[in-house]
Amino acid sequence: MTVELGASYREEEDVARLKRLANEIRYSAMTMTNHARLGHTGGDLSAADILATLYLGNILRVDPANPAWPQRDRFIMSKGHCSGAFYSALAFKGFFAREMLGTFMDPLSRLNGHPDKNKLPGVEANTGPLGHGLPIAVGAALAARMRGENWRAFVLTGDGELQEGSNWEAAMTAQHYRLDNLVVMVDRNRIQQGDFTENISRMDALAERWAAFGFAVDEVDGHDHATLLSRLRNLPIEPGKPSCIVAHTIKGKGYSVAENKPAWHHGVPSDDDLAAAAIELGIEVTQ
Amino acid sequence: MSAGAVVQSSAGMAKLLDCRDAFSQTLEAMAQADARVCVVVNDSVSSTKLKNFGAKFPERFINVGIAEQNMVGAGTGLANGGMVPYVCGASCFLTARAMEQVKVDLCYSKANVKLCGMSPGMAYGQLGPTHHSIEDLAWTRILPNLAVIVPADPVETAAAMRYSLEHTGPMYLRIARMPVRSVHKDDYTFRLGKAVVLREGSDVTLMANGVLVSRALDAADTLAAAGIEARVLNMSSMKPIDMDAVLDAARTTRGIVTAEEALAAGGLGGAVAEIVAVHHPAPMRILGVPGVFAPTGSAEFLLEHFGLTAQGIHNAALDLLGERN
Repeated sequence: MTVELGASYREEEDVARLKRLANEIRYSAMTMTNHARLGHTGGDLSAADILATLYLGNILRVDPANPAWPQRDRFIMSKGHCSGAFYSALAFKGFFAREMLGTFMDPLSRLNGHPDKNKLPGVEANTGPLGHGLPIAVGAALAARMRGENWRAFVLTGDGELQEGSNWEAAMTAQHYRLDNLVVMVDRNRIQQGDFTENISRMDALAERWAAFGFAVDEVDGHDHATLLSRLRNLPIEPGKPSCIVAHTIKGKGYSVAENKPAWHHGVPSDDDLAAAAIELGIEVTQ
Repeated sequence: MSAGAVVQSSAGMAKLLDCRDAFSQTLEAMAQADARVCVVVNDSVSSTKLKNFGAKFPERFINVGIAEQNMVGAGTGLANGGMVPYVCGASCFLTARAMEQVKVDLCYSKANVKLCGMSPGMAYGQLGPTHHSIEDLAWTRILPNLAVIVPADPVETAAAMRYSLEHTGPMYLRIARMPVRSVHKDDYTFRLGKAVVLREGSDVTLMANGVLVSRALDAADTLAAAGIEARVLNMSSMKPIDMDAVLDAARTTRGIVTAEEALAAGGLGGAVAEIVAVHHPAPMRILGVPGVFAPTGSAEFLLEHFGLTAQGIHNAALDLLGERN
């Protein structure tokens, strides 16, 4: 019994820690888009818990001291426009100094609006145009298999992004080759640039679509760290099948003014927004 | 024409060979020697002549089906995972259908992926402009970080393939389907960024790539008979291009004729013109498809139709030198 209590205690501690770190990622990303007067704040906020769990919950087997470690898990940030949250997660993980985040989109900064693998350690693919990440992740998963290695390929896509046909081309390859070392995570925040996804091109029933394409599918609350941790620690969902985790999220999550508002897709926080968000996120701002 | 067919050239002398055979045989040998070599195809197993490769190395042969964007993206992921993927498909679909993946996943990212554009130009003849690939040279040539190679014959196809494995970075190799005779000796070594001088001459320079190279050599013969000495350069390394060879031609001969099985805009002629216009203006004639989609006809008919023949190159040289027929 004591062992179980101990494990449960550690679990609670992990979850509390991830919740705090995810909010730090949120605040960091908002600081960056505030600084650059550009960026994609809404998606940064919806993806923050997923990124925190993957990187800071030690799901991804990566080594910041050796970013080119051949046996590392590959994480492809297909929704490359949410670079504020992505860069923050990489910096928090230790791939580069947190101070660099302050140069976001500055002239000649290594932190381009969309990630560039040749400029920043930890970035696996240059993304930005949508629908590129999943084919790349499929290729990486195939490479691991060809080489007889047991690393995995993860990809985080947006939901609007799935309107790009290249995703479904890649999904067919993933199921054909039974790539159970591939994990697709969908940030299902239901909003794309112009409107709610369902008003533009209906995406429901999304989980069933992935299942129909041969994936083992799980639906989770994408802001629930305990659930995210337990699902991501038990992969693949089903041996012999690629995994898809549809993470239901709220765009703009964590700053009530931005939550579930299409305008915040690329809305940029003012200084006042930043101050209000810090309070909501429980961030102590030192001047 | 059947696979590996050998026919006599119009001159009745040299064998005409399909570069795809040299391509696939070389790739098999490379895969035998290097475990990183793998292939991605878009259902085009027979038209890429990779059936044998698939049988010999099934675990390194990925067929994504008819899905070119995915094909190029998967190639990028394979390269990320330490493999050296040869992504092979009809050049018309490989380039046009997957151009953003080529731009972003390969070129911007500097992925070590080799694109093999099969049956380029108007090789698909009667199938029509949907299947012709006369735009690919303009599209690929402008992309940063991408090496663009247009081999002239089977010997150079094999040499360029072997070179591609030594080269780290994205590459586009244009593999001809139309039978051509060999213009290189068997011990030929491909050098990126270097023009190959196939014939010396000081009156005019003929620059060609791909299936037009042997035709340029034929044109040099007939020009010689007319008392004109033509230099012939195989410009197989289209990017990077041999700037020294281009400028030397501009300085030491009276002008340059370029010939390619592609749109006259944006290809080899464009690349040469960009150099001479800035550094040493020289008279030029640019032979290619003149800004139209081809009418119906066989590959050979269409090359004749657009003057992409030895006679057409001959005439362009005379025109440039002010010596009309």
